[in-house]
Amino acid sequence: MTSQLDVENLDAGYDDLQVLNQVSFGLQPGEIGCMLGPSGCGKSTVLRCIAGFEPAWGGRILIDNVEVSTRGFNLPPEQRNIGMVFQDFALFPHLRVEDNVRFGLRRLPRREQQARVQEMLAIVGMLAYAQAYPHQLSGGQQQRVALARALAPRPAILLLDEPFSSLDVDLREQLAREVRNILKQEDSTAVLVTHDQNEAFAMADQICVINEGSILQQGSGYDLYHRPANRFVADFIGQGVIIPATVEGPTVVKTELGLISGENHIDAPPGTIVDVLIRPDDVVHDDDSKESAIVVEKAFRGADFLYFLRMDSGVEVMCLAPSHHNHRINERIGIRLNLDHLVTFSRTQGD
Amino acid sequence: MLVALLLSLPIFTIASFLLHPSNEVWQHLRTTVLGEYLFNSAMLVLGVGVGTLIIGVGCAWLTSLCVFPGKKLFAWALLMPLAFPGYIIAYTYTGMFDFAGPVQTWIRELGGWGFHDYYFPEIRSLGGAITMFVLVLYPYVYLLARAAFLEQSVCVLEVSRTLGCSVWSSFYRVALPLARPAIVAGLSLALMETLADYGTVSFFGLGVFTTGIFRTWFGLGDAAAAAKLAAILLLFVFTLVVVERWSRKRAQYHHTSNRYSTLPQYQLRGYRAWLAFGACFLPLFLGFILPASQLAIWALQTWDSMVDASFIVLTRNSILLAASTATLAVALALFLGYGKRLFNDRVVSTSIRVVSTGYAIPGTVVAVGVIIPLAWFDNQLDAYLFEHFDVSSGLLLSGSLFALMFAYIVRFLAISVQSVESGLGKIRQSMDDAARSLSYTPAQILLRVHLPLMRATVLTAFLIVFVDVMKELPATLILRPFNFNTLAVRAFELAGDERLADSSTAALMIVAVGLVPVLLLSRSIATSRAGS
Repeated sequence: MTSQLDVENLDAGYDDLQVLNQVSFGLQPGEIGCMLGPSGCGKSTVLRCIAGFEPAWGGRILIDNVEVSTRGFNLPPEQRNIGMVFQDFALFPHLRVEDNVRFGLRRLPRREQQARVQEMLAIVGMLAYAQAYPHQLSGGQQQRVALARALAPRPAILLLDEPFSSLDVDLREQLAREVRNILKQEDSTAVLVTHDQNEAFAMADQICVINEGSILQQGSGYDLYHRPANRFVADFIGQGVIIPATVEGPTVVKTELGLISGENHIDAPPGTIVDVLIRPDDVVHDDDSKESAIVVEKAFRGADFLYFLRMDSGVEVMCLAPSHHNHRINERIGIRLNLDHLVTFSRTQGD
Repeated sequence: MLVALLLSLPIFTIASFLLHPSNEVWQHLRTTVLGEYLFNSAMLVLGVGVGTLIIGVGCAWLTSLCVFPGKKLFAWALLMPLAFPGYIIAYTYTGMFDFAGPVQTWIRELGGWGFHDYYFPEIRSLGGAITMFVLVLYPYVYLLARAAFLEQSVCVLEVSRTLGCSVWSSFYRVALPLARPAIVAGLSLALMETLADYGTVSFFGLGVFTTGIFRTWFGLGDAAAAAKLAAILLLFVFTLVVVERWSRKRAQYHHTSNRYSTLPQYQLRGYRAWLAFGACFLPLFLGFILPASQLAIWALQTWDSMVDASFIVLTRNSILLAASTATLAVALALFLGYGKRLFNDRVVSTSIRVVSTGYAIPGTVVAVGVIIPLAWFDNQLDAYLFEHFDVSSGLLLSGSLFALMFAYIVRFLAISVQSVESGLGKIRQSMDDAARSLSYTPAQILLRVHLPLMRATVLTAFLIVFVDVMKELPATLILRPFNFNTLAVRAFELAGDERLADSSTAALMIVAVGLVPVLLLSRSIATSRAGS
């Protein structure tokens, strides 16, 4: 196998509390993976296990095809050849920017150290601040230095623990894209941990949605949004509602808004009641449509309106409409379904 | 763990005497002097409590929220009396104000009076002792109260103004209640010092627990009864410790917001400004300037006869003892603090907590608690050696510098542990993780990351322990090896022999050394306020 990181059936926890349950995923060299989940789901624990700060209770972790964690064995973090960017950046306050970046390079000859420090500072655009102390920098600048410091020793894996959460919201997505470009430029393999799906979408090639210590689905952002494997992923990624429908054929269901056909085979005989995921962008505002609903609530979002609509049966859906369609609360508006990916969940199944 | 067990040995030894059956001497003490000890101790605590509260809180409020001439100077100068050990200020004042002193002599000359013709308050009395303690201990209350006032968010004060409180009522109804936990903590520190004091009360001839322990031990020669007295004193002190801990815990909930813009400053003018000036000047004058000047005058008169070879030996003893104890205390504190950070288990943190109670325990109690187990060990060893090898080891540990340093460590380790812990606490865990992910081992991290970041804290810890050892009196008096003297012991002995002027050189030395941490403290208090 050529994979750079392999996590196989990892169990881990703190004291008596098991936090991770059979977590498995892998990354190819140069790939950026992301652990996405709500707070307390165990995503940071995955990262701390890969780094070696927490031992594995079961399963194993391989970095560059070398086993680093397994039950009863934990290679210390300093021997793992990893780089890590922390939520609070953790720059050493007593060292200048360049000495921070140099910190992990002490085994190199002096001249190579200097060259690598210059190179890294140039890549993150912080050359001008080489002599500054961390407290003189803004949050975004500290972030760049932390990244340069972690990448300087050319780690086998770069780990990023909520690296953008202490920054201003405006800055986050821009920095996420920048960091992605830097990582691609350095051909780094990286694991990002975040609770923010926009960051995950902006940075990662592979996203693992994790909840209560288990990976629920792994895939690209597009897959997770349009083909969620279960209700949690459907609910956690993007917005949407779940409405009842009746199975009409192997790939067709009937809803209050009409027939919907999809690509996937539905595992239920015709006549069964199932649930269907309807995203706000699946519902199109159309004055000519026969179907209509009453505006219950609306949120202006700049480029568009998000309408909360109630249909005659009492079922509510959301609709994304261009912002020049300004309707009043309690107004009745025409809507039409425009749905490319049919996502159904059976009602008996617990997920 | 072993360290903690060893260091808590004296405390447990003393505590065990609470349950000891009482002997004859104890019965005698109970019927004769115990009541006096209790009454005097209670009066001291009450008087010192009220006095330090008024001066400490008043000055803290004036220097943190009002503008008047000299405010910036007072803000740190008000801490200076902390440099005076109680016993030194006590005999300085006695020298000035007793019957033969310059003040009364001057009054007699002025009025042409003789003995008993006029009223003058007796310095060597309960009231005098309370005054002395208030003068040197109010800075504890001042320090913590001021820090609490400065930490308060300007928002809550402004909110109270918008809700219709005047300047004064918002102080009374908002600022003071918010600062109360800190004030209580400062007060209990001052009271612990009061209870721990031996020099002042013994010089004034007051019967309290610490003097009682000495009398019972050296006068009646009964260690068990002395230990029992020590145990009762320990009960008092632990009450204070509990109060202090409890109020500190509550203080954590009082951080109201993170917005620390400049506090409102009330401009005082005219007579009010001068009143404020006087209110701050008086404690500083009485607590530092006056006694320090008197000491300096005496020292000038006597120093050529006092500074001789023996004085240099004294100084060398004091400094060596203080420096080695401080080094040991800091090393132990680093060991404990780092152990807690690395392993973070219950055993280590419990050990730290046990060790930290040592500071509250009076030197006399520690000394008694140290000497009982050590003497037992010596006797056992001696008996064993005598029996099996026919040699006598004599008193190996109990009369040695080891015993003395052991007692110092028991008493002062808490200070260094606290500094090191707070220093380490300010270094976030992610620093360690970052360094480890950059392939550093824990030992290298201590060297390359923690120590550079904590240099100031470690130095402060060292200095404070150093100075406290220099000033320490009762434990040194009990435990010092035969013919081994320190500056503090010498000053106290000379003063006890009514050679007040002769003792001034040693006393001045102690005060000068004691000023160092006070100045350090005042510098940190000046820069402590975030965002200004």
